[in-house]
Amino acid sequence: MTDEAARVTLKTSGDVAFARQAAAKAMAAIGASTIKSTKFVTAVSEIARNAVIYGRGGVISFSEAGAAGQKRVVAVCTDRGPGIDDIDRAVSDGFSTGKSLGLGLGGAKRLVDRFEITSSSKQGTKVTLECGPR
Amino acid sequence: MLDAANPIPMMTINGCIIVAIRDDLDDQEIVSLQDRLVEEVAKRNAHGVVIDISSLEIVDTFAGRMLAAMAQMARVMNARTIVVGMRPAVAMTLVELGMTLDGVETALNADRAINAIVSDRSNKL
Repeated sequence: MTDEAARVTLKTSGDVAFARQAAAKAMAAIGASTIKSTKFVTAVSEIARNAVIYGRGGVISFSEAGAAGQKRVVAVCTDRGPGIDDIDRAVSDGFSTGKSLGLGLGGAKRLVDRFEITSSSKQGTKVTLECGPR
Repeated sequence: MLDAANPIPMMTINGCIIVAIRDDLDDQEIVSLQDRLVEEVAKRNAHGVVIDISSLEIVDTFAGRMLAAMAQMARVMNARTIVVGMRPAVAMTLVELGMTLDGVETALNADRAINAIVSDRSNKL
């Protein structure tokens, strides 16, 4: 079972900073290494910013999964946006519908241990990021 | 969070503008820092900019893009920009993200960056 440790509402760029803080705290709680924590917090930052910019805002929640000694942090970010038409393309580097570099989704995927994305025009986009301590 | 009344401090030493970015700037604060920095280069007639990011725990694609843009803008105004103090974990993460920060000059610390800028300048004069 997982206990939700934190939840951040994403509306503004300031909320993205709060999401980063919550992510860093969750990684510290499982005793994560500096490099793992840095990667995870960076991935969370990309995903949370996407929710604010493209997803008309959303929510990101953090929880722990796994048995004692092998705990992992799971972040689930959901938005209320129009969804992503072509997920494979969105996750590939260099693709952006905005003015960004198009490295956010693909980059976030490379930075975490598990990455899942589902999207529909009715329910918006849901991204799951999971990361262990080492 | 910072507000307009409490901006990030910038100082000019030997024609070098020195900015130490405080941790956890949100996107809007980064954009306003960029605006101020360019104005400061013109106002102080600076020939170098040193940006210290040692307190940044993460640099994501947005912050990375802004650093690159600041360096480019300063270069257009004939000021050399050097980013200093990047944490090892940040460097590793940036490479995995695919952000190679092309065109951004880096140095290990502010001392070396200022020396490089000042000696570069005196060679040209």
